[in-house]
Amino acid sequence: MGTFIFQRLLQSIAVLLAVSIVMFLAVYTVGNPVELLVNPEATELEREAMVHALGLDQPVWLQYLTFLGNAVQGDLGTSFVHGEPALRLIVTRMPATLELVTLSLIVASLVGIPIGLYVGLNSDATASRAVMTGSILGYSLPSFWKGMMLILLFAVWLHWLPTSGRGETVSILGFPVSFLSLDGLRHLAMPVINLAVPNLALIIRLTASGAMEAQTQDYVKFARAKGVRRKRIVRRHILRNILIPIVTVLGIEFGNLIAFSTITETVFAWPGMGKLLITSIYQLDRPVVVSYVMLITFLFVIINLAVDLIYAVLDPRVKLMEKTA
Amino acid sequence: MSPRKDLPPDPLLVPPMVKTPRRAFHLARIKRRPSLKGALIALVVVLAAGLLLPLLAQQNPYDLTSFSVMDNRLPPGETSLDGLTYWLGTDSQGRDMVSAILYGLRVSLMVGLVATAFAFAIGVSVGLTAAVFGGKVEAALMRMVDFFLGFPSILVALVLLAAIGRGVDKVIIAIVVVQWAHYARVMRGSALVERRKEYIEAAENLGYSKLRIMFRHLLPNSIAAALVVATVRIASAITLEATLSFLGVGVPVTQPSLGLLVANGFDFLMSGEYWISVYPGIALVVLIFSLNLVGDRLRVAFDARRS
Repeated sequence: MGTFIFQRLLQSIAVLLAVSIVMFLAVYTVGNPVELLVNPEATELEREAMVHALGLDQPVWLQYLTFLGNAVQGDLGTSFVHGEPALRLIVTRMPATLELVTLSLIVASLVGIPIGLYVGLNSDATASRAVMTGSILGYSLPSFWKGMMLILLFAVWLHWLPTSGRGETVSILGFPVSFLSLDGLRHLAMPVINLAVPNLALIIRLTASGAMEAQTQDYVKFARAKGVRRKRIVRRHILRNILIPIVTVLGIEFGNLIAFSTITETVFAWPGMGKLLITSIYQLDRPVVVSYVMLITFLFVIINLAVDLIYAVLDPRVKLMEKTA
Repeated sequence: MSPRKDLPPDPLLVPPMVKTPRRAFHLARIKRRPSLKGALIALVVVLAAGLLLPLLAQQNPYDLTSFSVMDNRLPPGETSLDGLTYWLGTDSQGRDMVSAILYGLRVSLMVGLVATAFAFAIGVSVGLTAAVFGGKVEAALMRMVDFFLGFPSILVALVLLAAIGRGVDKVIIAIVVVQWAHYARVMRGSALVERRKEYIEAAENLGYSKLRIMFRHLLPNSIAAALVVATVRIASAITLEATLSFLGVGVPVTQPSLGLLVANGFDFLMSGEYWISVYPGIALVVLIFSLNLVGDRLRVAFDARRS
């Protein structure tokens, strides 16, 4: 176990280093770094001072080491637009995104697993075929258009739900959350549904194909021969076995959803880190973009590590000492 | 970071839900599956509309002189001052939506197909090279593949385009960057299986060069899986292009794709002028859905043939 964790940690650090080099090259060496890093509205004198302060007159490898040194200390530059440390700016918007992503995953699993089980166990039913085709449709709807159609239907035509923002928030441990107030829930409904649909399709398909395969396995046949009731077979034998891959996928999807919530946040003006990324791209606020990428990479590395470990704990067949190629 | 190789990268690659038939795959089976037939017809109609109809469109939406701002935001069915009927209404600049959709469809299709072709070529070559050479070459290439697959496509493309700017060519580059690795992984997998077969051994014993074996023997026999993946990937390439254009980092405003047309209508959605966003979106959904449906059914047929 120790060796495995150590190996994975080394790999994770390698990935972070690789991304930092790519980002460094993208920002510092492609084009004129002065234009990218110094506020375009700065005067000539300020510009020269910045060039010196940023060390842009030094050799490239030294510049990279400085960048890396600062990054390790959590300093990824200051936002041109907000005048605040870029990393802090992103971190303050993180709870809004995490709330959206977590709720979407919960909704997708609570709805998707039962439907997927039904489809997998009754694969010949007309309803099952419809659900499977429907899941392809769910996956085919572009997130931004689907969000706009939700707005058109529930806000413009029916006047049921608000179109943008978080609504009233309640503070938990210092973090504002929307899901504890009625107004917040009304604001959450559309973004959460919008973000949940592709994952719902994924979970339905995964559960269905898992349940279908599990039915033909010997342990199910044996349980049936033993006279175990069908309900119990489904709950104790089938569901438990197919839950392992589903949990893993959910873990990986958590990271993907943080990235994909960028689109949903833009459509619903949800004040999360994804919306900040898009605004920063428009405003050419490079330090914020760089910080976002480094932070997301860090998150991904941690999520992947966690998923690997959880997987190893859940499924005893996974050999921890296995050479990870 | 190594994404789990035992997990599907997206819902459409989840193992198919069909009881494996023992019969061989025939085109005749397509006819017996009404859903596939419907999807194929829809696909052909959309392809034809995107590739041929822009020639017949009543306006050229790229030519500012062919439409008038006076006609802006007319609802569907209205007629212009010159007596043209706007069946799907007009946008904020007075463009006929039907013409704009046909031209936009062409941009979306072009970007999707060209990007997929490049990503396919690069990915297949990398996968094949990895499978044939093995050892350190394979380890290095596949680690790179894992690296690229480890990040969400939208994020990589978004940041890349933020750095290099918008444009049709740049969107294509971004899509190739995020998609080639999918083909490399599939290609390596099927080439590895194929490489162990006797005819490859025979070719090796005949003293054929590695390159010849790679391209004359291994490639044609193991490319099918990558081709099936391509149908689904074209759909995701088109979605990605639409999304990037919607976010304002994709195709330029002078050459609107379907995604950009939808984005243009966003500001007018709240005032109930729905048609500017709704109709281009429907065209986009029909295109993506039929591609995904065809891809799904092809894969079912393909998996059935293999087992």
